[in-house]
Amino acid sequence: MKKVSNANRFLYAFLIFIIIWCGFTFSPGIKEEQFLQEFTAGIVLSLIAAAFSYQHLSERGLYNLSPHRVWWFLKYIPVFIWAMIKANFDVAYRVLSPKRPIKPGIVRIRTDLKNPVGKLALANSITLTPGTMTMQIIDDKYYIHWIYVHSEDEKEAGDIIKGDFEKYLREVFE
Amino acid sequence: MSNVILLILQIIGYIFISIGTFFLLLASIGLLRMPDVYNRMQTATKATTLGALSVLVGIGLIDLGWLPKSLIIAAFIVLTAPIGASALARASYKHGVKLWEGSVVDKYKEEKEED
Repeated sequence: MKKVSNANRFLYAFLIFIIIWCGFTFSPGIKEEQFLQEFTAGIVLSLIAAAFSYQHLSERGLYNLSPHRVWWFLKYIPVFIWAMIKANFDVAYRVLSPKRPIKPGIVRIRTDLKNPVGKLALANSITLTPGTMTMQIIDDKYYIHWIYVHSEDEKEAGDIIKGDFEKYLREVFE
Repeated sequence: MSNVILLILQIIGYIFISIGTFFLLLASIGLLRMPDVYNRMQTATKATTLGALSVLVGIGLIDLGWLPKSLIIAAFIVLTAPIGASALARASYKHGVKLWEGSVVDKYKEEKEED
C-alpha cells in the first residue's frame, strides 16, 4: 500500500464532509444567496471536522476516488441491492412458512481480501444477503451464522455465501 | 405536465412505503417465530434494513425536497445496521448464549477451543 501525504488525506476528508453537508442543506425552493451562505458555513465546519478526523478517515486519501474504483463501486451497488431484495424474500419465506424451514449453524469461510475496509465491506454484504450473518472476523477467516447450512466445507460454503461480492470488492478496494 | 410526473412519483412513493411497512411487520413476526437469538438477529437485521430503506426512499419520492436527505440517511442505515447486528451476535456468543438445539454445526466453538 502506498503512503500518501497528509494534505491529500485532509482534502479527501474535507470533500466527503462537504458533500454530506450539501446533501443535508439542499432543498429545491432554496434561494441562491441563502444556499451560498449555508455553503460558506459548511466549508468552515468541514475544515474544522476534517482537521480533527483526517488521520482516522482513510489510508489512501484521494486515490479512493480514482475512476476505476468508482466505476466498480457503481457496478457493485445494483448487485448489492438485488441481493438484499432476495434476502428479504428469503426471510419472508422462512418466517411465514408454517413448517419453519431452518437448519442453523456457524460455518467458517476464508477470503483473500487484504484491505481492512474491504473486509468490512464484505462482512456487511454477507450480513445483508440471504440467510447469512457475520459473527467474527479473525485474520482471513470469517465465522458466519447460516440459517440453512447447505455445506459445511470451507471452500464450497465460501462460494455459496460470497457469491459475486468478492470479485467486485477486490476491484474496488485492492 | 410536471404535475402529472409529480403525481406519478407520489404514487410510486406510497407503494414504496407500503412495501417497507410490510417488511417491518415481517421483521417483528420473525422476532416471535424464530427459536434463538442468532436466528432472530438474522430476520430482524435484514427485514428492518430493507424496510427502513424503502420507507425513506418513498418519503423522498413523495416530497422531492427530502430526497437528498433521505438518501444520505438510507446510506448511513445500510452501513451501520449490519455492524450492530454482528456486534450483538458476537457479544451474545461470548457471553455464553447457546445455539438452538436444532443447529447442525458450530465451527466457532472449535476455534475457541484451539486457543
